[in-house]
Amino acid sequence: MALLVSNRLIDESWHHLDDKADSTGTDKNIVSVEQWLRDRDTLIARSDKLGIILMSDQPPGLIEADIKRFDVICLDFPKFTDGRAYSYARLLRDKYGFTGELRAVGNVLRDQLAFMKRCGIDTFEVSDGVDARDWSTAFSEISVRYQEANDNANVARQNNSTSDEEIAGNWSY
Amino acid sequence: MYRYDEFDHTIVRERVDQFRDQVARRLSGELTEEEFRPLRLMNGLYLQLHAYMLRVAIPYGTLSSKQMRMLAHIARRYDRGYGHFTTRQNIQYNWPNLEDVPDLLADMASVEMHAIQTSGNCIRNVTADPYAGVATDELEDSRIYAEIIRQWSTLHPEFSFLPRKFKIAVSGAPIDRAAVRFHDIGLQMRQNTRGELGFGVLVGGGQGRTPVIAQTIKDFLPKQDLLSYLEAILRVYNMLGRRDNIYKARIKFLVNEIGRDKFAALVEEEWERIRGGALDLHRDEINRIRAYFRPALYELITEQESAYDTARRSDREFDRWCASNILPHKQPGYGIVNISLKPVGKAPGDATADQMDVIAELAELYSFDELRVTHKQNVVLGHVRLADLHSVWQQLDAAMLATANIGLASDIIACPGLDYCNLANARSIPVAQKINERFSDPEQLARIGQIRINISGCINACGHHHVGDIGILGVDRRGEEYYQITLGGDPADNAAIGESIGPSFSYDEIVDAVETVISTFEGVRETGKTFANTWRRVGATPFKENLYGPTRK
Repeated sequence: MALLVSNRLIDESWHHLDDKADSTGTDKNIVSVEQWLRDRDTLIARSDKLGIILMSDQPPGLIEADIKRFDVICLDFPKFTDGRAYSYARLLRDKYGFTGELRAVGNVLRDQLAFMKRCGIDTFEVSDGVDARDWSTAFSEISVRYQEANDNANVARQNNSTSDEEIAGNWSY
Repeated sequence: MYRYDEFDHTIVRERVDQFRDQVARRLSGELTEEEFRPLRLMNGLYLQLHAYMLRVAIPYGTLSSKQMRMLAHIARRYDRGYGHFTTRQNIQYNWPNLEDVPDLLADMASVEMHAIQTSGNCIRNVTADPYAGVATDELEDSRIYAEIIRQWSTLHPEFSFLPRKFKIAVSGAPIDRAAVRFHDIGLQMRQNTRGELGFGVLVGGGQGRTPVIAQTIKDFLPKQDLLSYLEAILRVYNMLGRRDNIYKARIKFLVNEIGRDKFAALVEEEWERIRGGALDLHRDEINRIRAYFRPALYELITEQESAYDTARRSDREFDRWCASNILPHKQPGYGIVNISLKPVGKAPGDATADQMDVIAELAELYSFDELRVTHKQNVVLGHVRLADLHSVWQQLDAAMLATANIGLASDIIACPGLDYCNLANARSIPVAQKINERFSDPEQLARIGQIRINISGCINACGHHHVGDIGILGVDRRGEEYYQITLGGDPADNAAIGESIGPSFSYDEIVDAVETVISTFEGVRETGKTFANTWRRVGATPFKENLYGPTRK
């Protein structure tokens, strides 16, 4: 898998920790909610950078107290028709104040990218063969929007000049 | 009529380009049919029995003459010369080719029309009182709020992949003509004790396989909080609605499962967090949208319209049409004209391209260039001078559009049924046609009075059989078409779901059975009472006895 960040693909540097493994793997581990709840203290002690994945039936409230500890939160879209994580993304940004990397994983398709981005998702795990230039046009196919969402925070972000790449860049891929 | 600005144009134009690209990727094989399906459904394109079916959005049913002419053009150029107006105040075309759809949508975009969110698991076309802005009883024009909701819900990034489709209706009058109790969200405008206007908010209503009457979760929502409250409802539903079974995925199941009070509390909690924020509707914003509805410049008419009165006295047929099809208008000297799309022998809601052109022309000449489509599948000229009515009627009559049956027994709601739909068990259109023929005598229609006969070809209930005084539901019995009768449904303020009256009838028996129901009603009614009223008084027994013979003791 590759990661689509703005209009280019970059190699994944995070490690999805196997659910059965103990939590002693390398740094930059992405763990499940179950692992987190089980090995929380070990993970905090051993990992410099922390990532977690929320499955589509795991709302962010489950990790409410720890949200700001994570550098990356992955939101799983098991099927593109399962839209729960759009709301999770918005809650993470607006309610829980998460400012790290929000990453869409799973059944991430070109025609959902713009919606995901508008909900505050920054990066997208996609197949290696994806044409990044073509896919990134999906972000701008509709240039105007009727409703406030998290890319109005986008406008605000332009004001304080933090681009998507800078956000992603914070986590040195 | 809402006036689109450059902003609205851009979004529609860009959506056409986006869809053109999606169709190209499907035709090239880059997208599988499974991947393409949600994309075409986001744009109103269904695969039906014989061909693709395209559903075009008519926001809250309102159209200009120019737009109606475009619908006629689409019918001629891309279809077989007609279109079908639906119970969602939309229009459907049954025969477009997939390759042509991008061009069709581009033609429509030239008059600000589109198919955005007419299908798919998203917030669908918002519906409203078809008499909004002209009714004598309304508190405020509900189209303003329907338009505000339309804008907010269009390509909403968070709510485009909901558990299931989502329908919102708005009523601005104390008498409900928008069936707010049968929508996922119903908004009923009301006044609080301080004289301020707001909405009663109902959730979880709907028809379909499991009909449910919506429950109130907020008695009074201030207008300025409309969008933040809607967003809170949708967010709770998006996260908690069932996704494992499409038959249990509508919001009504969630509300039922966790209970109204718990659901209302979850919404309230989320709303408290977001209210007063970016979604706050300031008075300026409401006024900005209100200003986009060009007001009709009525003439001040102080004298009695003598030409109108004379014509009614001298022309019996015109008088009959006025009695059933004209409603009082808030402006003295004007009337609301209902054009029936239910003439004898035609499919309910169908209009030919030529008829659409005639309707467009009449709206331009006599009704401030504006039309409405009703959920009863008829068309309304919102404001016609009484003095012009006789001429309008003559022109409608020449186009086979002057059927005098609004609200009467032959004004039947019917889904497309087995003639078009791949979900249907039975035909709806020919049953509607046969009932319409049986009740074509104007004296008889007038004697029976207001009655709703609604026909659905399957349990998905697109023909609203649950809320008909007489509901007819097509079922499959060992490969044969049968029809079940339900009685006592009501879509409005006394909302009720019709009760099944007994075993179903064959295709050949159903029209006689309906006639039996109606003659039973006429036999037991008290003078001037409606079917609904009579049903509540006498119950099922006399109908059962006449349909199935005396019940054994």
